[in-house]
Amino acid sequence: MSNYAVIKGASYILAAVPDMVLHNGTTQTTEMIVNPESEYLKELPSHLRSYEDVLSYIPNQVYIGNMTNKELAETEFPFFDKKAPKAERYGKYGEIMPQDEFIGLMQICDVFDLVKLEAGFAQDVKAKLTAHGMLKEEQIAILDKNKETAADIEALVNDEHAEPLYDNFKLVGAVKRAHDVDVNLSAHVMLENIVSKASSVLAMLHLIKVTGIDPATVDYVVDCCEEACGDMNQRGGGNFAKAAAEVAGLTGATGSDVRGFCAGPSHAILDAASLVKAGTFKNVIVTAGGCTAKLGMNGKDHVKKGLPILEDCLGGFAVLISENDGVNPIIRNDIVGRHTVGTGSSPQAVIGALVTDPLDAAGIKLTEVDKFAPELQNPDITKPAGAGDVPEANYKMIAALGVKRGDIQRTEIPAFVAEHGLTGWAPTQGHIPSGVPYVGPCRDDILAGDVKRAMIIGKGSLFLGRMTNLFDGVSFLIEANTGKAEEASAVSEEKIKSLIGEAMRDFAKSLIAE
Amino acid sequence: MDLENQRRVKELTEQYGADNVVVLLGAAEGEAAGLAAETVTLGDPTFAGPLAGVSLGLSVYHICEPEVKAEIDEAVYDEQISMMEMVLDVDDICNEMNAIREQL
Repeated sequence: MSNYAVIKGASYILAAVPDMVLHNGTTQTTEMIVNPESEYLKELPSHLRSYEDVLSYIPNQVYIGNMTNKELAETEFPFFDKKAPKAERYGKYGEIMPQDEFIGLMQICDVFDLVKLEAGFAQDVKAKLTAHGMLKEEQIAILDKNKETAADIEALVNDEHAEPLYDNFKLVGAVKRAHDVDVNLSAHVMLENIVSKASSVLAMLHLIKVTGIDPATVDYVVDCCEEACGDMNQRGGGNFAKAAAEVAGLTGATGSDVRGFCAGPSHAILDAASLVKAGTFKNVIVTAGGCTAKLGMNGKDHVKKGLPILEDCLGGFAVLISENDGVNPIIRNDIVGRHTVGTGSSPQAVIGALVTDPLDAAGIKLTEVDKFAPELQNPDITKPAGAGDVPEANYKMIAALGVKRGDIQRTEIPAFVAEHGLTGWAPTQGHIPSGVPYVGPCRDDILAGDVKRAMIIGKGSLFLGRMTNLFDGVSFLIEANTGKAEEASAVSEEKIKSLIGEAMRDFAKSLIAE
Repeated sequence: MDLENQRRVKELTEQYGADNVVVLLGAAEGEAAGLAAETVTLGDPTFAGPLAGVSLGLSVYHICEPEVKAEIDEAVYDEQISMMEMVLDVDDICNEMNAIREQL
């Protein structure tokens, strides 16, 4: 038996940011450039949801832990016209933060004085973030520095290339550029990066709360979002991880960034689990913040079909991976699927490499994995946009490969999908949906005895970066903890004698044979 | 069909001639397959790309259609495609593809 790293806890947060959909989502910003008078842009604002509607959206309540995946699966599709019985801001994994407070948090996370807020707005937000109760007094006091009037903010946007920040269609602040020439420090990039940092900070604050860990005992943080920070001389210089750890008060931690498109979180968790199992670090946090560019990504289809804009939230998460405590679920970093350079790109090859190859090597049957967690996008978002039900497509592929291998009968595919699958609930924030939304619920399911073994599958579209045509993915198993292994005891003298005796006998036999 | 792929199909057709080009699709469902087939035959229905208003009239098939399957080594098809054949709604895809070809 080996002392695998364990999952101590996970947090999941959303920030409802309807105005950022309009001003920062690339579907919208592209449309403003190529077709500024389009019907879509005119109709869009009337399709934005209120904060209350975001709270009552069932997939969101599943994400923050107030409802279970089973309850979502029992909800009649589509989900957008149904209401959660309890529309709450806080859940057992985290919260859904409203836009004004999130803008305040952005300023608290900005250490280069780039975020400017209108003074009255800042004071309103200060009162709310004080009531929120998760930030230190001196952090909230940062909001007192704002002396700008609405006219000052307008001037920053109109004359100084600052990116505007709106709340309820009203200009309330701006993010200044950090350099006058360097495109990597432009206001646009700084806004995206500060948003990512702030949502990661919020996720880590909730992780500290839900796990009860002393922040000073966190050794290392791995950030796995899809943004890049650096200047013109090092565009992806990095370390969102350490930047966010600083604001979250993790004084004993350093960190680094891991990138892999949507597969990033799976790579990062595998790295963290290996670092802990090797004894390099005792407590590692894997985290990622959200992405403004993907807000309203499928908005055109949603508006055309009369739906609300469902991609109106930034997503974030954090997972604490620690030394084996004999209780929490273990990460089997020795049963790992990999899409390698030579794997090939057919879906059959991909599913084989990620799902069946590692199981075969470990002698585990497909049906002995209770739950599979591949890309967990909410089908309410993807189906109207013509991308189908992504998790269901993954489960069908896994089941079909099972049929080809003789693990299950063809008629058993629907039952396999229902039993071993999950209904998607994750926001389409790139790296957020890929496997990792189930890590927290999986821990709960295993501790409750409902699940014994689950597979987390991360997949990434590397070709989007135009560096390779390859696809990527890694997978790993999470299993119930069967108890901590004792330290290997010293081999006894008697045992050594017996081993030597055995070796001598074998040697003698080989001599006789010759 | 994305704009870059439309451009590539158009360029390859100009280079080799429409009679020498066959477009093979791998779309995961009927509607998407039909839209791609329409783009390379009648023209881009979204009027957004290089094939807007350009009717190339190319031969176009989906990898799961029986005409294509018959052309491929059985072992290769089994290794590369048979799993997806089980997952996809092949009848729906064939109907969509036939409907587009009938308009040519």
